[in-house]
Amino acid sequence: MEWAKNGWEVVIGLETHTQLKTNTKIFSGASTTYGAEPNTQACEVSIALPGVLPVLNKEAVECAIRFGLAIDAEIAPRSVFARKNYFYPDLPKGYQISQYELPVVGKGKLTIQVPAGKHSEAYEKTIHITRAHLEEDAGKSVHGAVEGMSGIDLNRAGTPLLEIVTEPDMRSAAEAVAYAKKLHELVQWIDICDGNMQEGSFRCDVNVSVRPKGSDKLGTRREIKNLNSFKFMQQAIEYETQWQIDTLEDGGKIQQATVLFNPDTGETRAMRSKEEANDYRYFPDPDLLPLAVSEADKTRVKALMPELPEAMKARFEAQHGLSSYDAETLTASRGTADYFTAVVQAGAEAKPAANWVMGALSAKLNAEEKTIADSPVSATQLAQLLKRIQDNTVSNNAAKQVFEALWAGEGEVDAIIESKGLKQESDSGAIEAIIDQVLAANAAMVEEFKAGKEKAFNALVGQAMKASKGKANPAQVNEILKKKLS
Amino acid sequence: MTNSSLINASLAQLSQMLASKQVSSVELTHTFLTRIQQHNPVINAYIALDTDKTLAQAHAADARIAAGNAEALTGIPFAQKDIFCAKGWKTTCGSKMLENFVAPYDAHVISQFDAVGAVNLGKTNMDEFAMGSSNETSYFGGVKNPWDFDRVPGGSSGGSAAAVAARLCAAATGTDTGGSIRQPASLCGFTGLKPTYGLVSRYGMIAFASSLDQAGPMAKSAEDCALMMNVMAGFDERDSTSLNRPKEDYARGLSTMTGAQPLKGLRIGLPKEYFAEGLGADVAKVVQDAIAEYRKLGAEIIDISLPNSQLSIPVYYVLAPAEASSNLSRYDGVRYGHRTAEYDDLLDMYMKSRAEGFGAEVKRRILIGTYVLSAGYYDAYYLKAQQIRRLIAQDFTEAFKQCDVIMGPTAPSTAFKAGEKADDPVAMYLQDVYTIATNLAGLPGMSIPAGFSNGLPVGLQIIGNYFDEARMLDVAHAYQQVTDWHQAMPKGIE
Repeated sequence: MEWAKNGWEVVIGLETHTQLKTNTKIFSGASTTYGAEPNTQACEVSIALPGVLPVLNKEAVECAIRFGLAIDAEIAPRSVFARKNYFYPDLPKGYQISQYELPVVGKGKLTIQVPAGKHSEAYEKTIHITRAHLEEDAGKSVHGAVEGMSGIDLNRAGTPLLEIVTEPDMRSAAEAVAYAKKLHELVQWIDICDGNMQEGSFRCDVNVSVRPKGSDKLGTRREIKNLNSFKFMQQAIEYETQWQIDTLEDGGKIQQATVLFNPDTGETRAMRSKEEANDYRYFPDPDLLPLAVSEADKTRVKALMPELPEAMKARFEAQHGLSSYDAETLTASRGTADYFTAVVQAGAEAKPAANWVMGALSAKLNAEEKTIADSPVSATQLAQLLKRIQDNTVSNNAAKQVFEALWAGEGEVDAIIESKGLKQESDSGAIEAIIDQVLAANAAMVEEFKAGKEKAFNALVGQAMKASKGKANPAQVNEILKKKLS
Repeated sequence: MTNSSLINASLAQLSQMLASKQVSSVELTHTFLTRIQQHNPVINAYIALDTDKTLAQAHAADARIAAGNAEALTGIPFAQKDIFCAKGWKTTCGSKMLENFVAPYDAHVISQFDAVGAVNLGKTNMDEFAMGSSNETSYFGGVKNPWDFDRVPGGSSGGSAAAVAARLCAAATGTDTGGSIRQPASLCGFTGLKPTYGLVSRYGMIAFASSLDQAGPMAKSAEDCALMMNVMAGFDERDSTSLNRPKEDYARGLSTMTGAQPLKGLRIGLPKEYFAEGLGADVAKVVQDAIAEYRKLGAEIIDISLPNSQLSIPVYYVLAPAEASSNLSRYDGVRYGHRTAEYDDLLDMYMKSRAEGFGAEVKRRILIGTYVLSAGYYDAYYLKAQQIRRLIAQDFTEAFKQCDVIMGPTAPSTAFKAGEKADDPVAMYLQDVYTIATNLAGLPGMSIPAGFSNGLPVGLQIIGNYFDEARMLDVAHAYQQVTDWHQAMPKGIE
């Protein structure tokens, strides 16, 4: 990075608001479904009518415990809900119920893989998580729906969030994005969040500061609010870092501030400075009892947890003999891991299954911007195709044509092989006949081979494959040809 | 059936008269509605009446009685403090802020009364957002003490208090955050109970100070209170602080309070701090006479000490305003309630709406509360107050190792004149000097009529251990079996 050369280091910490996948709101029975008509999912508690009271949703607590277990964190036996007091039209009670001094999830960690960059190798890093706490979301202000007025939609008010806070452990935009992506996958993996960034289910606030490399003192940070795409996160951090370095190099000072990223200009701009910050007057919410999580609760939730990516990765290596890289790639998302597992369970060999999932399938999904859950080729179909490669019914090349046909929805594996005439020729008599023809027609090549030109052998194989219209089993062609030429 | 025998009857007697068809619920309801028409314009106990709704409930109750599935309180007309949301009723909490707020749902307490077929006579006046001890902070005007129209009924449940004392209802509900059931009970001469915190659901009860607020009965006798507790108490999953305990019959021990010494073996603790400086000599005399009566009933009197009790008021006036400042933030003019007519921008709308919608005492407490919670002051005020609150509770735990119930005055004086303390908040706050500690500790407390001074009622306070309401009611009932202070009715409103 440019700034690293100039002796600067960037320090980054993230706060991520993860919307929990519960059926109802965190403190009421109102539905959390996205996209309903304004205020149709706002019950008396959501509107904060006089006299209403919050009741904690057990589902939300379970989600928090799941997350705590997934990042190997301390889960507080007793945590406390506090009121964060401020006035805003979309905040119906005039306070947000959150956790302040005693969060439900304490210190944990997440290991990330930072991909190779232009000037750097890929590497692994552990990001420390400070805490994760439960809180409620606010509603939304809607401007312009009614001429000259602002509207308030309280459907989202009270939606459960888990705010996940890291230590300032990241040292580049790439690390921050790698962390955010890993977290994004993890919360979906353990099924606590739908991960939908467009709908705001996963929103990141990024704290950025810079300091002279080697310094152990943190610089003044600015917080980039509400980033809802990894691309914007990368851009925003890079812009912000450069801006802070330029400011300091020009002799200026960084003021602690909240900034917003404008995707159109690619710039960050201060929204409010520290001086204008609210005094939130936090105090324990007297309407809610302290949240108690027992060992039994943890054991119960643990029993319902899916195998975690790290464990699954280790198992793939041990059980299937996959490389660390392959196992990592296959466990990068729950969808990919589940798909791969299904392919193997349907009878395919693990290594070719891994290659096909990471290769042809992945390429096709990327090209058509589909998720693996929406793959037109089912795991059972892919397994069947792999079995047909394994039993020499089709060659690898022919299998690619079958795969294309499966993708296009042209039917099942065997029917496609049949109708397209892709069956591999494995009858050694027939192959021998073809080879005899080829040898007869290419006497010059045969001579070259005999004179010691190894390349001529490959050319003869090519001729034989061509003569069989690609259907001959290449291994058999090799074998018979070798025999004939010796 | 004479008017007097109806309005002075106990709830059990009314229940019996209704069951035996000596009177119908509609007739009984009309009797009270007529009295309300007659006296309320002066007393101002009720601030919302809806005769159609009330009579519809009375008719439904009569049908239920006729069908033979009546319960103890079916058909009996009650007054509801205007702090409880009641569907379709204006629910103002005594504030201009909610002057036009019609509740779209029922508070738990209201649903409980509805479920047994009780009749709602109307919503009673109160200090604004339950902040006050004289009912003078109500946006809808003060309430007259039926014993002396120049005097206040106490507060904050002043409307319910006057309605019970003036026989404008069979009984009423109230809420008590620092004494708001007991102090008016003392000043208006009737029986009021603040239950253990968490016994009666707060759902739908407009919050003042959530960790202290508790609803309870306001009635002529301990027996009436027991029957109301049977309806009001009980677990409600909509209130996280509601206690999940088995249902109990609060009247179960009343019939055993017979014979010469029904309280033999009962140990009554008298905290020396409750008989020290600040207590009116006339009140002290009445209370001591009542204690003497208890001695006759077989009780043993023990001197105890509640060493931190003098800290109750300062602690309360940190914690209650802190919670209130946050609880009252929802009144911002955005979704319901008062919104100023003209404003420049959002901040202007907030400021004007709240400046116009809240009265002086409410504003004072919001300011105090905001101050004690603000950065840099939180530890010195809020946190310190919470620590002292635990010490105060500890005092009671120690005391209850020596005695079964604690007795003392409910209020330091009899009813004072309207306007007398209105400009002196601290003098007003001292009205609750003997009642606040029980709220801070979450303990049950009650006030029963114990006599008069210069024609004004004096209350005796009984404080019990957690969940000891049934015993407290027995103790009160035993006294009411041998005295008739609780049956006295103010003159001039017969």
